[in-house]
Amino acid sequence: MQRVLRAATALLVGWLVVVSGSGVAFADTDRKSAVTADHGKFKELDQDFQSGPEVTRACLVCHTEAADQVMHTQHWKWEFVNPKSKELVGKRHVVNNYCTSAVSNLHACTSCHVGYAGLTDKGGLSTDPERVDCLVCHDTTGSYRKPSGLNGNVFAKDVEMPPGSGNIIRGTNLKRIAQNVGKTSRQTCGSCHFFGGGGDGVKQGEMDSSLEEPDKSIDVHMNADGLNFTCATCHQTEGHHVPGSRYAPTAVDKDPARLRGMTGERNPATCQSCHGQTPHKGDQADRLDSHSRVLACQTCHVPAMARGGVSTMLSWDWSTAGKRDEKGKPLSIRDDLGNPIYKGHKGTSTFGDNVKPDYIWFNGDVEYTLPTEKIESAQRPIYINKFLGSPEDGRSKIWPIKTHVGKQPYDPVNKTLAVTQLAGANDTAYWTNLNWERAVAAGMKTAGLPFSGQVGFIETVSQWPVNHMVAPKENTVGCSECHTKGGRLDKIEGIYITGRDSTPWLDNAMRVLVVLTLLGVVAHGAMRILMSKKRQTRNLGDH
Amino acid sequence: MAEHIYIFKRFERFWHWSQATLIIFLLFSGLEIHGWYSYFGFEKAVEYHTIAAWILVGLWCFAIFWHLTTGEWKQYIPSTKNVMAMANYYLFGIFRNAPHPHRQTALTKHNPLQKLAYLFILAIVGPLIWTTGWLMLFSDVWADWGLGGLVPAWVAFGHVVGAYLMLLFLIVHVYLTTTGATPLAHIKAMITGWEKVH
Repeated sequence: MQRVLRAATALLVGWLVVVSGSGVAFADTDRKSAVTADHGKFKELDQDFQSGPEVTRACLVCHTEAADQVMHTQHWKWEFVNPKSKELVGKRHVVNNYCTSAVSNLHACTSCHVGYAGLTDKGGLSTDPERVDCLVCHDTTGSYRKPSGLNGNVFAKDVEMPPGSGNIIRGTNLKRIAQNVGKTSRQTCGSCHFFGGGGDGVKQGEMDSSLEEPDKSIDVHMNADGLNFTCATCHQTEGHHVPGSRYAPTAVDKDPARLRGMTGERNPATCQSCHGQTPHKGDQADRLDSHSRVLACQTCHVPAMARGGVSTMLSWDWSTAGKRDEKGKPLSIRDDLGNPIYKGHKGTSTFGDNVKPDYIWFNGDVEYTLPTEKIESAQRPIYINKFLGSPEDGRSKIWPIKTHVGKQPYDPVNKTLAVTQLAGANDTAYWTNLNWERAVAAGMKTAGLPFSGQVGFIETVSQWPVNHMVAPKENTVGCSECHTKGGRLDKIEGIYITGRDSTPWLDNAMRVLVVLTLLGVVAHGAMRILMSKKRQTRNLGDH
Repeated sequence: MAEHIYIFKRFERFWHWSQATLIIFLLFSGLEIHGWYSYFGFEKAVEYHTIAAWILVGLWCFAIFWHLTTGEWKQYIPSTKNVMAMANYYLFGIFRNAPHPHRQTALTKHNPLQKLAYLFILAIVGPLIWTTGWLMLFSDVWADWGLGGLVPAWVAFGHVVGAYLMLLFLIVHVYLTTTGATPLAHIKAMITGWEKVH
């Protein structure tokens, strides 16, 4: 009987497997690729492009509005109006405490600009639509590179850069790339965003090349074997406008999950725009949901940065730069992981892996210290950018951030942060001759700012939001990591955290009382035993 | 032959021991939540603490009903009579084997000091702990309840004060169980219902 049952079960299971398997197969064979145009079949793209603008010219034959759209975005303008202060920020205007400034190093920095010499030497913008770089975002071959020093340009032929240096930059097969354009990917976005600050994972702690093909432990959404999100899945782009910039962060999103197809001003890249306000399931759902009144999702769900094996930079001290090795070349020292902890032309840096973020109250407002502003010497370190917020303002949450500590050139007489020329073929560039005075003079001149001629170094801090590398739920920050003394939220003020907070005098007084009471009852009991023994001996004696 | 009287009814005994278990467990898990030590881990400690608290609330509902319907609530009506005599007994008489000043009967189960202590626990410490505990469980909806101005630290302070008072009570209470006709007489009475009278 049992054997019959077993056979029947096996048959049933087998049949189910066959049926479900064939069902999937039917669906697959019947469905074509989602793309309706094969760019390889377009005659406009069947030509031997020699330069980037030639490709763009071909793109614009069909995508007539694309360049115009791009030229109205932050990716093109490198400029953003700070909603709080109305100041102009963005790459063209701010200094940071990595390579400090883009405007004075455009030939190098624009290898990450969506243009071919789209930014002019003075930092102005080109108005030529053919200078928009379509390929940097839409390449699907993975072979598109924008070499440093070419002002964002690409060429089909090999180029010697700088001229006469013997340093050959290999040409790019622009035709093949143009014929294979497609949607953006983690690779295309990452080709710039994973390498901010001049290296893999340097600038943002939760953005590095490990996100090109991450497994689930690095990022649940981008998990290449799972949900396989691209950047644009969350940064849902319309008309080339990519939402979710750190220049206008959404610290608090109180709206429900977005309906499919919804458009408008709301930032689609927030967690809430998909998960809504009550995302937790299970026994503890209410308790966890209620935590989100004060905690950003990322606070628990991004337990550490740099989890994919790529270190992120934690500090950069430019003041130590300038040392040369015995051959006269800038000295270079690497740590065991290969991170450059000292470079003669960059100074001293520290790196970290699996770095726990810092936590602050953040309401979405950011205050910048621009090179046009006077530095108050009393307020040190100087916050290059400061995330604002407080427990009382009613619109802040506790956010994880990366804190990057710097020591960078400034003008001690004029009391301003310095704009420096680091890269370039001329003899003012710091990376060419390791001379700060000339590098700063050139940088300040490009930026149109006064310079006293003196260079000092000043301690700075920059703050970076932590959003990516969302961990699987079993790896989220555990309760006891905050609900304890000395935990992750130890420095957070303005809220009562059970397990962290207490009233010391009450605890001390009560502990003393407990001990005294225990001693009291023990003494009382001992006395009773003693007296009863005495009575017994007396009674015995009486007999 | 010592005299035995039936003092504690079945429900009362059940109430006592289940409440004792819950309170000891709540103290144990609560002190972990307060950061004294780590045993369950914070998450589990909170989860168990909350479950135990809700069971205790349920138990209290029954206990209040029982006290009201049986009239047993009158056992806790305080009086100042003989309080000094009781204090005197615990401080001096007990060592000299002096007679117990209180004559226990089914109608006066508790001596005057006991009455005061239990009333203090039932009417002050208990309500302090459960109102503050309840508030902490629902801290996310204070504003909806019109309690937006409430300061979490104060609520927690109240809860912790209550917990310590309960711990002090527990220590003294357990010790005083040994002061019956024999050291285990009171415990036996709370198990069987029958008390050996002095």
